[in-house]
Amino acid sequence: MNAQDTLDQHTRETIEHHFSPETGSPFWLKWAAENWDPRKEVQCFADISKFPHFQDEWLRDITNEEWVPKAFAGRPYNVFETGGTTGLPKQRVGWDDYKHDYEMFSDQLDDDAFPKGSNWLMVGPTGPRRLRLAIEHLAAHRGGSTYFVDLDPRWVKKLIIRKEYDQVERYQRHVIDQAVEILKHRDIKCLFTTPRLLESLAERVSVPGLGVRGCFCGGTTMTPQTVRFLVEEVLEKKALFVPTYGNTLMGLACSVPLTDDYSVTYYAPQPRAVLRVVDADATQKTVDYDSYGRVELTTLTREFFMPRFLERDEAIRRKPCDRYDWDGVGDVRPFGVMENKVVEGVY
Amino acid sequence: MSNIPSIPVLRRGEVYRSLEQQPINAIGTDEPAAFMSMANSGLVKRDLNFVGQSRNVLRKIPAHDLMQMCIDAGDHFLNGTLPVGEEEYPQTPDDYVKSLSATSGLPHALIRMNMNKLHEIFTEMPTIMRGLTRGLDLAVLDKGYGDQQGVPVSYSANTEALAVVLPSNSPAVNALWMPALVMKIPVLLKPGREEPWTPWRIIQSFIKAGIPKEAFSFYPTNHDGSGAIVRRSGRVMMFGDDSTVSQHALDPRVEVHGSGKSKIIFGEDCIDDWEKYLDIMVESVSANSGRSCINTSAILVPRHGDAIAEAIAKRLSEIKPRPFEDPEAKLSGFANPKFAEYINGAVDAGIADGGARDVNEPHRGRERHEIFQNMHYLHPTIVRCDTWEQPLANREFLFPFASVTEVAQEDMLDSIGSSLVVTAITQDPEWVEELLECPHIERLNLGAWPTNRVKWDQPHEGNLFEFLYKRRSIHIAALAHV
Repeated sequence: MNAQDTLDQHTRETIEHHFSPETGSPFWLKWAAENWDPRKEVQCFADISKFPHFQDEWLRDITNEEWVPKAFAGRPYNVFETGGTTGLPKQRVGWDDYKHDYEMFSDQLDDDAFPKGSNWLMVGPTGPRRLRLAIEHLAAHRGGSTYFVDLDPRWVKKLIIRKEYDQVERYQRHVIDQAVEILKHRDIKCLFTTPRLLESLAERVSVPGLGVRGCFCGGTTMTPQTVRFLVEEVLEKKALFVPTYGNTLMGLACSVPLTDDYSVTYYAPQPRAVLRVVDADATQKTVDYDSYGRVELTTLTREFFMPRFLERDEAIRRKPCDRYDWDGVGDVRPFGVMENKVVEGVY
Repeated sequence: MSNIPSIPVLRRGEVYRSLEQQPINAIGTDEPAAFMSMANSGLVKRDLNFVGQSRNVLRKIPAHDLMQMCIDAGDHFLNGTLPVGEEEYPQTPDDYVKSLSATSGLPHALIRMNMNKLHEIFTEMPTIMRGLTRGLDLAVLDKGYGDQQGVPVSYSANTEALAVVLPSNSPAVNALWMPALVMKIPVLLKPGREEPWTPWRIIQSFIKAGIPKEAFSFYPTNHDGSGAIVRRSGRVMMFGDDSTVSQHALDPRVEVHGSGKSKIIFGEDCIDDWEKYLDIMVESVSANSGRSCINTSAILVPRHGDAIAEAIAKRLSEIKPRPFEDPEAKLSGFANPKFAEYINGAVDAGIADGGARDVNEPHRGRERHEIFQNMHYLHPTIVRCDTWEQPLANREFLFPFASVTEVAQEDMLDSIGSSLVVTAITQDPEWVEELLECPHIERLNLGAWPTNRVKWDQPHEGNLFEFLYKRRSIHIAALAHV
């Protein structure tokens, strides 16, 4: 079965699961009753376009109980948060998705750079985020343990909005101080952090010099120039750099190995999530290959169904490749960054 | 020059081509006149940790040798063919003028005037250094200590480099950082978006004259990179408006060159002869297209306000937009049309407040804001204000603009506020004494001297030497090698 057939079949199964009165969530069952029956109308992934765009405010305004599929009734759920500089953050409930996602991701990791049985360090947002459990699971899945240094991005964002840049730098130093101590005194070979924190870490110590062999990064825009800088100077071409694109709502999109132009292309973990690059003014249509468009995410797991969510990012639509037989998203950047000032890259 | 250069990042003199290439378009076209390598902020931060290496290179060269190299560099700058971009295309002085004009909107004649001014900075460096150091023997900088007029002195550097965030609108501002090299302080320059040309050519002139390339870092970068430069450098020179000035007012690392609010003021004793000083007033308002902080933005007179405003306006109305290459062109356009729109709107809003009128309006017979050959211009404007409290009376804009206001002589010095340059037309000894005591005036011209003319031994807008060095007390009991 090719990737498209697999996706179509997975779409039908997911729709059946979320819109069946036996297994679906109160939110989607109510939605179907008020609109139309997706079990009849959706027979392949292309039919997902019949749904309107998912509104992420729903994840804040609707109680978490409404999102629990009956199939998971009685199992306490994890609450994962996203955003939330002010007010109630958006929340997503989950059970095992993060484990599936990061086990899939583990299969893509190079065992030389991320040796099995070695320990990890995560420097970045932990707290109520999915990432914290995900990284620990990834390390455990590969036979290692994880050390953590937390960074609260909501506080950093507030400082930036208030133009308290000195405080930002002091807070960042505080975070890096802790990371340096762990790297110096514990046997760490694998690192997860954000590009900014990785840069700061490398201003203080040689990251590969302290034994790190692989670094996987995510969280903010990475231009080809930034990626090149991280590979050539920050990691000194001695540790492998693996950029990823992900969030609480999707999981994790992997990148293909970097080439000389350092342009990063990510491929969604299909069929569990699908990324399309669409025309921002006519979102039914994808843009031509090698053109920029807005990123649209559809998540299709048994725990969570989220059709056609418009991300706050834009990217280049890239062609399928040998490893991934579906479209990729390249050189992701904040949507509208060329026209507007966007508070981005806070950590 | 038919080739389109790629202006690279210079990392302590080493050329670095970024993967992010930003086109600098010729004004009014989609045609790139150059591409600029944009440094990511991480790269800038990382390099800032190593600026001390550049300082060590400069420290080894005697200051008098650096001085001679600086003088030699002046000829290269004015007359030489110098490499531009990572391709090292040969750039003649004419090429430089055309490139800068194409991306900034400055007329060729004004650029040549600025070139001559910068040439003087190179060649007059001994005078400038005397002014900045009050005649210090530069060997003191080589040795770290010495003597000045029989008194032991010692100076230590406040910083390992001088960072400069440059604007796009006036090539002559580069004059402010150039003496740093003779003071053995390397420079780290962030060029304006439309104006990499002048700092690049100055750097190449210095290098050709023998100053080590390691002394020069050049980072075209975005807002984030600029922020890193400002936050992390030991000493920073930047340019901005009043809000930028107040933002950094308490930070001794940062010297902000903001608006000058320079003025011409007349005493009772000379005001009836005002016509004798018309040329000085016209030059002070309009030289360099009114873009300098030393251009006059307000004229205060005890009487004859209407006649003076009328006479200046009439003369200024002769200054009109002309093709860039016209040798008579004296008015600069705005590379960013939004600036022109914003400034024009601010003038209109001030007039709408009442108590002020645009004296040039009947003379120019058209709107103040004009698009000429795809370029946005603001015609020179004299505003006659009824009172000093009128909002336009003490405003400064980036084009030939000034207010004329009648203020009694005895009230003038209490009214003027902070003023970079004041030319006081008076012979009244009592008023001269008050002028000399006035704390608001940074540079005082007594008598007929345009505000826009500077003397190289008279530093204004801060003293670069005092910014970069501090004097320490010293006592040397015995040193074996002395």
